[in-house]
Amino acid sequence: MNVEKIKAAHKLLAEFKYTPGKLDKGYANKSLYINVSENKIEAKPVTEMMKEKFTGGRGFGLWYLWNAVTPETKWNDPENEIIISPGPVGGITQYPGAGKSLVVSLSPLTGSVMDSNVGGHFGPLLKFSGWDALELQGKAEKDVVIFIDGNAGIIRIEEAPEEALDSHLLVEQLYEIYADTPEDKRNISVVSTGAAAEHILYGMLNFSLYDTRRKAVRLKQAGRGGIGTVLRDKKVKAIVVKFKGVKGNLNNPADFAALAKTGIKMHKEIHAGDDKQCQMRVRGTTYLVKIMNDYDLLPVCNFKYGSHPDGNKIAAPKWIENFNIGKADGCWYGCTLSCSKVICDYELKTGPYKGQKVVTDAPEYETIAGVGSNCGIFDPQFIIEANFYCDTYGVDTISFGTTTAFLMECYENGIINRQITGGLDLRFGNQDAAMELLHQMARGEGFGRIAGLGVRKCKELFVREYGAGAAFLNDIGMEVKGLEYAEYVSKESLVQQGGFGMANKGPQHDEAWLIFMDMVNNQLPTFENKAEALHYFPMFRTWLGLVGLCKLPWNDIVPENNAQTDEPAKIPEHVQNYVDIFNAVTGKNIDKKEMILQSERVYNFQKVFNIKMGFGTREHDKIPYRSVGPVTVEEYESRQDRYDSQLKELLGMETEGKSTEEKLKALREYREAQYEKLVDAVYERRGWTPNGIPKLETLQKLGIDLPEVVEVVQKSL
Amino acid sequence: MIKVNGRNFEWEKNLTVTKLLQKKNYTFPSIVVQINGKFIPQAQYETALINDGDDVKVIHLTSGG
Ligand code: SF4
Repeated sequence: MNVEKIKAAHKLLAEFKYTPGKLDKGYANKSLYINVSENKIEAKPVTEMMKEKFTGGRGFGLWYLWNAVTPETKWNDPENEIIISPGPVGGITQYPGAGKSLVVSLSPLTGSVMDSNVGGHFGPLLKFSGWDALELQGKAEKDVVIFIDGNAGIIRIEEAPEEALDSHLLVEQLYEIYADTPEDKRNISVVSTGAAAEHILYGMLNFSLYDTRRKAVRLKQAGRGGIGTVLRDKKVKAIVVKFKGVKGNLNNPADFAALAKTGIKMHKEIHAGDDKQCQMRVRGTTYLVKIMNDYDLLPVCNFKYGSHPDGNKIAAPKWIENFNIGKADGCWYGCTLSCSKVICDYELKTGPYKGQKVVTDAPEYETIAGVGSNCGIFDPQFIIEANFYCDTYGVDTISFGTTTAFLMECYENGIINRQITGGLDLRFGNQDAAMELLHQMARGEGFGRIAGLGVRKCKELFVREYGAGAAFLNDIGMEVKGLEYAEYVSKESLVQQGGFGMANKGPQHDEAWLIFMDMVNNQLPTFENKAEALHYFPMFRTWLGLVGLCKLPWNDIVPENNAQTDEPAKIPEHVQNYVDIFNAVTGKNIDKKEMILQSERVYNFQKVFNIKMGFGTREHDKIPYRSVGPVTVEEYESRQDRYDSQLKELLGMETEGKSTEEKLKALREYREAQYEKLVDAVYERRGWTPNGIPKLETLQKLGIDLPEVVEVVQKSL
Repeated sequence: MIKVNGRNFEWEKNLTVTKLLQKKNYTFPSIVVQINGKFIPQAQYETALINDGDDVKVIHLTSGG
């Protein structure tokens, strides 16, 4: 790497100086606006209204984006923004999981508003540099890097023609350029994407951290919805923040002692409980693979099935063999749950970096299930390699996995063939073909470009160009609103079907994961129960993204006495911890009820934002039948006992002597009607009309009845 | 016949909690077991007998994912 040459090619386009200030109870009270079309950099105040109504994080992102775009704005218009915001609790080091950033933009996949949460050090360092949010707008003429020096109070936009595009190289180069000494690298974090983000619609963002013990750069991902594609479209190669002097009190919390006390209690709980519970510290989220396989929830072959005899080949023990365990694996300081695992000295076997040894972040559950089992692939080495390349190329592993699985099913059904795929034999399990597809995405070549459009646009293309039947493709194409499904089989959990279908941004499980409560525990027998769960849990989880917290320490570890509490599924003690740390940082005095209200405001605002952009009504919550029940005869017959007994019990149908087709039809009619009933119940509980539009009284009750919000709603009622 | 989480399940002689968990393939680590409303500590899973007609709850403690 010739850093001097790369550096010499930089050309300063704009510079902005400011006086770095102290944070006040978790807020910097300013945000940073950068327009790369006009090379404009300015500070904007964060108003009391913003804090009151939107709290921070995803809330701030949505508010800024709302003001930046019109209903006509497309994702690749210069007006579209990428907003990164860590939230008021973000950056504390006392409580585990407090380094998350929330990213908001208009999505190339859905055309509407997208949010994605991510670890790494960028969000906290941005805030310590004096900014509650970074608002990036415009399109640069040539490739640029944005540099924020939070100690010196300097922000620069620099033309940057020489850096690599792929993240593992680019980020290393930027650390070399901007760190004054090797020790200084720990003070830097970079947001970047990769070469594929120029050619596909589900490009993602990498947020880096410097792993001082392994002396290596690590990358965490804001994966969902194609925000990496937006970054490349803006010709921004990377955003670099540097801030030296991270300490535990930089948020200037209102009550440091309360913060420390709550944190210590939680660290003790993790120390005592993790080994007996999920063993996150050793296994990370890979522990979920076996669980999902055992409960028939692991997607196999485009969500046809929920388990596979080879599932154990990609379960936790196989991963632990590859992990470099024993070092601090938190994605922000103070996360003792430390699930963010690392693989060292991995020798790449394919692609442009073949033969090179790399330190790479280990695949998490979603990636293992997405690029692995869902594509019929059960080889950990392939999954490590695909994960590395997705990360460096800037490809969302979930969208890549779900799209590839869909294409494989299309291929096996003769909807596409070798001629169309340019020679790729895309049957399930063909890992060489899947890997080549990924490399093609980075090169912008061949069928990789088609696969990079995502499931929805592929469906449309196959119907238009190859005469494929739309009905079958809509049944098996696992997307809602244009976003690909996250990796859980929801067929036996009506509530989870709703959790995916009614999620504001599309079928991502970070709004609701209710499969055990519903399918296994049978705790939600009535529509009222189901609707209540689909109200509370999405609101609770939304809150984590308003303040800058990770979801995993909420329920991947639970207090020993949790089972004896009144509502174990909510983990009441942890919810109280969150209330306590929010109050300790901000000096406010919220309770568990106000916490949900904070979320409801933002959640309903996001819903109205979808409506403003021409989406958001009931038709956009329709889900593919593959997520509801068996589409094909082979699927039905693979779980015939289960489905037959449901037909008998629920519909009183005599299944003897009936053909599988007849039974499929009856089951489908029943399940589809159940989904519609669920939608009715949830809309009602959320205070929405039967068409999914928040009622005016709901907005008023929540205090989010801003004139511009009311105007959008009134037009669509 | 017994009930497991409100659904019918075939009973057999000498059915312990451990055996039931195996038969249901309930491998999730954080669960709470109750027989007819009585909490069964994990140390007793091997020995706690389930009788015909019992109402068993095996609550998985997560809202996961
Ligand atoms: S639990 Fe895992 S993902 Fe969450 S903050 Fe900690 S290390 Fe990061």
